[in-house]
Amino acid sequence: MSGTPQPYGLLAEVTHRCPLHCVYCSNPLALLERQDELATDDWLRVIDQAAELGVVQVHLSGGEPLVRGDLETLVAECRRLGLYTNLITSGLGLTESRTESLVAAGLNSAQLSIQGDAAESTDLVAASKRFDKKEAAARIIRDAGLPLNMNVVLHRLNLARLNAIIDVCVRWGAERLELANAQYYGWALRNREQLMPGRAQLDDAVGVYRRRKAELAEQMEMLWILPDYYEPYPKPCMGGWAQTALTVAPDGVVYPCPVAAEITTMEFASVREHDLEWIWTRSAAFEAFRGTEWMPDPCRSCVRKELDFGGCRCQAFALTGDAGRTDPVCQHSPDHHLVRDALVRANQDGGAGGQLVHRRPTVSTRGR
Amino acid sequence: MTAAYELTATPRLATKAMLKHDRVREVQLLLLPERVVLLNTSSAAILGLCDGSRTVRQLVEKLEHDFEATDLANDVISFLNDASGRGWVVVT
Repeated sequence: MSGTPQPYGLLAEVTHRCPLHCVYCSNPLALLERQDELATDDWLRVIDQAAELGVVQVHLSGGEPLVRGDLETLVAECRRLGLYTNLITSGLGLTESRTESLVAAGLNSAQLSIQGDAAESTDLVAASKRFDKKEAAARIIRDAGLPLNMNVVLHRLNLARLNAIIDVCVRWGAERLELANAQYYGWALRNREQLMPGRAQLDDAVGVYRRRKAELAEQMEMLWILPDYYEPYPKPCMGGWAQTALTVAPDGVVYPCPVAAEITTMEFASVREHDLEWIWTRSAAFEAFRGTEWMPDPCRSCVRKELDFGGCRCQAFALTGDAGRTDPVCQHSPDHHLVRDALVRANQDGGAGGQLVHRRPTVSTRGR
Repeated sequence: MTAAYELTATPRLATKAMLKHDRVREVQLLLLPERVVLLNTSSAAILGLCDGSRTVRQLVEKLEHDFEATDLANDVISFLNDASGRGWVVVT
């Protein structure tokens, strides 16, 4: 396998089902349903093949992974193979007994999401009233001896509450807090006009982040995921296409990143038809943007091409319809006006406005 | 998070951390929630002995025996202080 990189991480999206309906959900607009999901045996095979390929960490995600009753079986298999497991959860459905059985199976770590600092924020963003369940989940995670990592997506509607959000995470005993400025894919792109912060709001939040990070240095690690629309250069997305990690979607289709399903012009293979090694090393989709050979100008002749790898392929596709173009976030991109225009609208008085659309199953029962 | 290590302290790996011999790459790794750390031989040897069953003094003696070396105490303590600051190791 000389020349082909080996992945360290597997994001196992075991389901798209979720009790929350977040307006910035990164799952595709066309959500998969229960009958589309891989069976337990399929997942066990995927985990075994991932370990052989070099994966050392498995992130169990979704949707809400806890809706699957076989999570313990998957965690136990990871433990048998010496893989590190991390549960990425909304906290809804995380009871004491469930946590006990997951820890007994070998779960190493958990990441709990919140939408804001109070119940109102969860209701607004996720159309759920269960903020109390999140606080309980934080306690359950800590009581089980697991490190509590927390994550909050930041956007126009909650950036002003950053200080209070950090307070909640400190109060709940988080060791690590990921402050993830919204990335515009999936439902977030659908709601971009309502979620995109203005420059002044963002600057204020950066000030809060810096002050609290210094204050809390000994207590809680804090990470700031950059709002890339405001950056001069694109993010080095996933450390480059098909370099360090892979995602297996609920139906078994394998992607180089969690949002690549949106690139409708590419064909991605499934673990139902191929083994993971073939998909990673040989499939056309994984080879398409590996390295720097595929790059058009301005990337091809750019000194930063090994730093940001041309940015994000999914963002290039989402904004231009062509996954092979330079990420429009880059100030040198011929499509940069697409990003600039969105920023102009976000910085008008009152923002761009419009109605938020909550994530919901695409098959509606209402019309029946 | 930071604790100055003494020879009498008993270090153990933090709950969130896991040591792994990666057979695919033939390296020693320290696995953390969102991070993979590539360890050199001595770091892996020290962390491998941080299981809460021995003091720093006993750990140093074992390393000196296994590696046929002497005067490792200062290096081990300095490494443990650093590892502790990073949250990899805790004192019990």
